[in-house]
Amino acid sequence: MIPSEFEYHKATSIQDAIAQLGAHEDAKLLAGGHSLLPMMKLRFAEPPHLIDINGIEELRGIRLEGDTICIGAMTTENELIHSEILQQHCPLLVEAARLVADPQVRNRGTIGGDVAHGDPGNDHPAVMLALDATFVLHGPGGERQQAANGFFLGTYWNDLQEHEILVELRVPVIKKGVGHGYSKLKRKTGDYAVAGSPVVIELDGEVCRDIRIALTNVAPMAIRAEAAENILRGKVIDDALIEQAAAEVLAACDPAEDLRGDVLYKSHMAAEMARRSIRAALLQARG
Amino acid sequence: MDNTAEVQDREDSLKGVGCSRKRKEDARFVQGTGRYTDDLKLPGMLFADMVRSPYAHARIKSINKEKALALPGVHAVLTAEDLKPLNLHWMPTLAGDVQAVLADEKVHFQYQEVAVVIADDRYIAADAIELVEVEYEELEVLVDAHRAMDDDAPILREDLVGKMDGAHSTRVHNNHIFNWQAGEKEATDRVFEQAEVTVKQDMYYPRVHPCPMETCGCVASFDKINEHLTVHLTSQAPHIVRTVVSMLSGIPESRIRIVSPDIGGGFGNKVGIYPGYVVSIVASIVLGVPVKWVEDRMENISTTAFARDYHMTGEIAADKEGRIKALRVNVLADHGAFDACADPSKFPAGLMHICTGSYDVPVAHLNVDGVYTNKAPGGVAYRCSFRVTEAVYVIERTMDVLAQKLGIDKAEIRRRNFVKVEQFPYKTCLGWELDSGDYHTALEKVLNAVDYDALRKEQQEKRTQGELMGIGLCTFTEIVGAGPSRNCDILGVGMFDSAEIRVHPTGSVMARMGTITQGQGHQTTYAQIIASELGISSDEISIEEGDTDTAPYGLGTYGSRSTPVGGAATAVAARKIRAKAQKIAAHLLEVSENDLEWEVDRFKVKGVPGQEKTMKEVAWAAYNNVPEGMEPGLEAVDYYDPPNFTYPFGIYLCVLDIDKSTGETKVRRFYALDDCGTRINPMIIEGQIHGGLTEGFAVAMGQEMPFDEQGNLLGNTLMDYFVPTFVETPHWETDYTVTPSPHHPLGAKGVAESPHVGSIPCFTSAIVDAFAHLDVTHMDMPHSAYRVWQKVHELGLDKRA
Ligand SMILES: Cc1cc2nc3c(=O)[nH]c(=O)nc-3n(C[C@H](O)[C@H](O)[C@H](O)COP(=O)(O)OP(=O)(O)OC[C@H]3O[C@@H](n4cnc5c(N)ncnc54)[C@H](O)[C@@H]3O)c2cc1C
Repeated sequence: MIPSEFEYHKATSIQDAIAQLGAHEDAKLLAGGHSLLPMMKLRFAEPPHLIDINGIEELRGIRLEGDTICIGAMTTENELIHSEILQQHCPLLVEAARLVADPQVRNRGTIGGDVAHGDPGNDHPAVMLALDATFVLHGPGGERQQAANGFFLGTYWNDLQEHEILVELRVPVIKKGVGHGYSKLKRKTGDYAVAGSPVVIELDGEVCRDIRIALTNVAPMAIRAEAAENILRGKVIDDALIEQAAAEVLAACDPAEDLRGDVLYKSHMAAEMARRSIRAALLQARG
Repeated sequence: MDNTAEVQDREDSLKGVGCSRKRKEDARFVQGTGRYTDDLKLPGMLFADMVRSPYAHARIKSINKEKALALPGVHAVLTAEDLKPLNLHWMPTLAGDVQAVLADEKVHFQYQEVAVVIADDRYIAADAIELVEVEYEELEVLVDAHRAMDDDAPILREDLVGKMDGAHSTRVHNNHIFNWQAGEKEATDRVFEQAEVTVKQDMYYPRVHPCPMETCGCVASFDKINEHLTVHLTSQAPHIVRTVVSMLSGIPESRIRIVSPDIGGGFGNKVGIYPGYVVSIVASIVLGVPVKWVEDRMENISTTAFARDYHMTGEIAADKEGRIKALRVNVLADHGAFDACADPSKFPAGLMHICTGSYDVPVAHLNVDGVYTNKAPGGVAYRCSFRVTEAVYVIERTMDVLAQKLGIDKAEIRRRNFVKVEQFPYKTCLGWELDSGDYHTALEKVLNAVDYDALRKEQQEKRTQGELMGIGLCTFTEIVGAGPSRNCDILGVGMFDSAEIRVHPTGSVMARMGTITQGQGHQTTYAQIIASELGISSDEISIEEGDTDTAPYGLGTYGSRSTPVGGAATAVAARKIRAKAQKIAAHLLEVSENDLEWEVDRFKVKGVPGQEKTMKEVAWAAYNNVPEGMEPGLEAVDYYDPPNFTYPFGIYLCVLDIDKSTGETKVRRFYALDDCGTRINPMIIEGQIHGGLTEGFAVAMGQEMPFDEQGNLLGNTLMDYFVPTFVETPHWETDYTVTPSPHHPLGAKGVAESPHVGSIPCFTSAIVDAFAHLDVTHMDMPHSAYRVWQKVHELGLDKRA
C-alpha cells in the first residue's frame, strides 16, 4: 500500500510540463491521481518521476465556443456535474460523471485523466465516442487535434504520443432532435461498470438520422457497437428494432471475466444498458 | 400529597435503564479525537512489515535477507529460523491447534507471513520487504473442502503427520481436524426412516470477512530496564492477550500491560492473536525500542480471521401437517490452514448445536467435521455468538424447504412448531435451556404490521404478470452471553466477566469492566445500569475499559456477551454497594436497616416522611462516619459467572423485488422485531440493530472471499469486497417485544448480533421466495445481481418475445 520511491515535480505551464516529460525518463503526469496512485500503491506502476499538472490554470474550466463545448483536461468530475453549460448543453456528460466512482474520487478525478488512462472500466472514453468528441493534444511537436473515434486502441493503450498532453476535450452542444442516454450497471457505489452504454441519437422527424452506441468495460477498450447502430440508422426506431440492435450489442462484446461477472453476464448487461440508453435518448430526442 | 411527579423527575434525572441517553463516546469520535492504536507514536518507534507468500501452498527453499538488510534504515529481518531458538516460530491457537508465526519450511496459504522487516519507518519497511528474496517450490493446492479427506489429497500439515489424536477428537485423515457430534444419532435416524415427510437441503455459507473499518495493529514497547512490556493493540479481549503473551514470553503477567485503546470496529476480527502482534513483541524485546505493526486493508481481508465457510446439509423429518419430528444437520467446516477458530475450548464448532432454533424439536443429531485447506486461518464469530449465524441459517433455510414441500405457508409452519410460551424454560434436545421467549406473540405482531396476507396476494398477482417478488421470513433464537464456566472457557479461563465500581466521597463514580467497547457504547450503557442501581446520575459515572493494569480481569467483548455477563457483573457489584450503603444510611438515621426502603436515589425510613438519606449523603459518610466495625469506603467488585446463556430472539420479514434484466434486487421493506429482554438504552439498541442489519445485508447480498484453483484470493480490496454505504442500504423498520431473562439481574439479553444472525437467512428466504413458484428451494449466497441473474437466465425468465 506504499508506492516505491519517486521524485515529484510541479509543472507551471503546458510547455513546462511537456519539457519536464522530456527531461525525466519514464515520467508520468499526475492529474487527480485516482487511477495512477492506486496502481502505484499496489506497485503495479513504479514511475520514477511524477509531473504534477494540477497547478496549470489553462487546463481547467469549461467554455462555450459557438456549437462546441471546450472542456479543460483538468476539469474534475464534480465540476462537470455542477457546470451549468453542461447541464444545459450536454446532459450526457453530467449524467455520466454522476455515475463515476464515489464523491471522494469525483472531487479530484479529472476528465482528462479518465480519458488518457486507458482503463476499459472508465466511463468517459465511451462517452467521448458517443458524443463524437475531438481531443486537443499538445506535444513537443506542437498542437494537434484527434477525433475520439480511433483514439482508444486497447487496454492502457491509446493514440497519445510520446510526451504529449491531453489539453482539451471538445464536444458538440445538444440540439433539437438530438437525445442523450447513459445507463451503467454497477455493483455498488464506488465501483466501475459491469457494463455501461452511452447513446446519442439524432432524429429527423421520426427517422433516426444518426446514432452512436458506445460501450464501457465490455472490451479491452471503449468501443462503438457499429452493427447495432447500422440496424437503427435511417429507420423509425421501434421495440423490435431495439431488440435487434441489442442482439448486435451483445455480439460486439468481448469482456474479461472477473468478480463482476462472466462473459455471458457482462454481454447481456451491455445489451440491457444499450436498450435502456436508446429508449432514454429517443425520449429526449423526441422532446 | 401526591409526590409521584417529583419522584419521576428524580428518576428521569438519573438517565438510567430505559433512557435513550446520547452516546458518551460520540463527542470524541465525531470530532476526530478518538485515539486508535495507529495514532500512538512513541519515541524511537520502529515499524514492522510482512513479507508474504504469493503462493497458497509451497515449500520455502531459501530466504535471502542480504539486500533488505543493506537498505539504510532497516534494523532487522526475522524469519522462522530466528524465532526458533525462542520457540516462537509456532504459537498455540485458541482452538487447540498450533499456527506458524512465520512460515516454517512451508507456506500453507496465500499471503502467509514469511518474514518480518523492522525499519525506521513504514516506507522503508515497505521497500525492504520487496528486497527479501524468497525461493519457493510450488505444491499441489487444496482449496475445495470436499476434497480435503480424499485419499489422494495433498498433505497440508506435515507437522501433524502421524498425530491422529487431535484436540477435539481422533483425526481420520491428515487434513482432518476434528469430528464433533451432538444429540442422538440412532434415535434421529430411526425417526427419519419412519417419517411421513422428509426434506434435505445442501447449502454453502461462504467464507466472509468481518472487515472492520480499522484494521488490526499493535505497538509493542519493552522497557529493558524495568523488564516491563506494554502493548497497545486492537483487541476485543485484552486480558486474554496478557495471559497468552505471558505464557509465550515467560514475562510475569504483573509486568505486562495490554491496552486496547479506541477500536474502530471488531466484529470478531479482533479476538485472535496474530503473527503481527507476536513478531512486534519479539522485535521490541530484542531491539529494546517500541515497534509498531499495522495491517493494510488487503492484509486484513486476506490474513486476519475470516468467518463462516461452512458446507451444511439440513434435514427435517415431519408429519404431513408440518410438525417437526426430527432434525439432522451435517457440516463440513473449512477452517483453513491452521485451526484458529475462536470458540469456547470445548466446542470446536462453537454453539452450532443451537441449530434446533425456535422450534420444539423432539430429537436431533448434529455432525461436524473440520478440515484443513490452503486458506487463511480464522473462523471467528462475525458479529455473532460462535457459529450461531450458521446454526440459524441451516434451520431457517430447512424450515422454508419443508414449508415449500408441504405447500404450507412459511409463517404457518413456524406457528405450528414454535416452542410455546408456557414451555419456557425449555430444554432443547441438543442440551440448551432456552431461558424465556414468546415467539407466537412476536410473529403475529410482525405479520399484522406488514399486512402479510395482502403481501402474499400482491405476490400472487405479480407472479401471473411474470414479475419476481419475494417475501422472506426468519424467526430466530440466538444464544449469547458466553458463558457459564461449567461449559465455557478460553484456554482454560472460565468465561465470567467482571466489574469494579468505586463511589467517590462526593458521590461520583468510576467503574471499570473486563469487557471492551468497539462501538457498542459501553461508556453510555454501563453507566445507566449503575445509575439505576445506585441512584446517581449516569452523567457523574465514568466507565473505563481496556487497560489490563486498571480493569479487573475479563474475557472481553464478542458474542454479545457484554450486557449478559459484564452488565450482570456491573449490576451485582452495584447491588453490593447499595447493600453497604443501606447499612451506612441506617447508621446515619439511627434505625435498623430493615426499616429502610429504597426510592430512586435515597433510603427512606418506612412510614416516617422526611427521614431519608440520599446516596450522595451516604457516599460522603462512607469516608468519615461508618458504623462501628465497618471498613470505610464505598466500592465493590464482582466476577459474574452466568448461570446460563441468554436467548434473545426476533422475527424478521423482508419484501423485495428482482429486476429480471439485471438480477438487481430492491429491498422494498425490511421489518425487524427484536426481543432482547430488558432494554437498557433503546436508542443504542436501535443503532446496533441498524448496524447489524446493514452488515447482514452485506453478507447476504455481496460479501464473499472467492479463491481460484491455485488458492489465490480474488477479492481482497474494498473495490470487490462489499461494504455497503448508505446508498445501497435499505430502509430498516424496527419493532420490539420485551421478554426479560429470568436469570439475568436486569432481565437483559444482549442484542447487537441478533440483526446480523437473523437478517441473513431472511434475505435468502426472500430471494428464494421470489423463485419458489418455479420449484427453486434454495440459492446460495451472496445474492449479488450477477448470481441472481444467473438463476433468472437458467430458468429462461429473461427471454424476450
Ligand atoms: C474507487 C475508485 C472508483 C473508480 N470508479 C470509476 C468509475 O466508475 N468510472 C470511471 O470512469 N473512473 C473511475 N475511477 C477512476 C477515476 O475516475 C480516475 O480519477 C480517472 O480514471 C483518472 O483521472 P485522474 O485525474 O485521477 O488521473 P490520474 O490518476 O492522475 O492519471 C491517470 C493516467 O492518465 C495520465 N494523465 C492524466 N492526465 C493527463 C493529461 N491531461 N494528458 C495526458 N495524460 C494524462 C496520467 O499520467 C496517468 O497515467 C475510479 C477510481 C477509484 C479510485
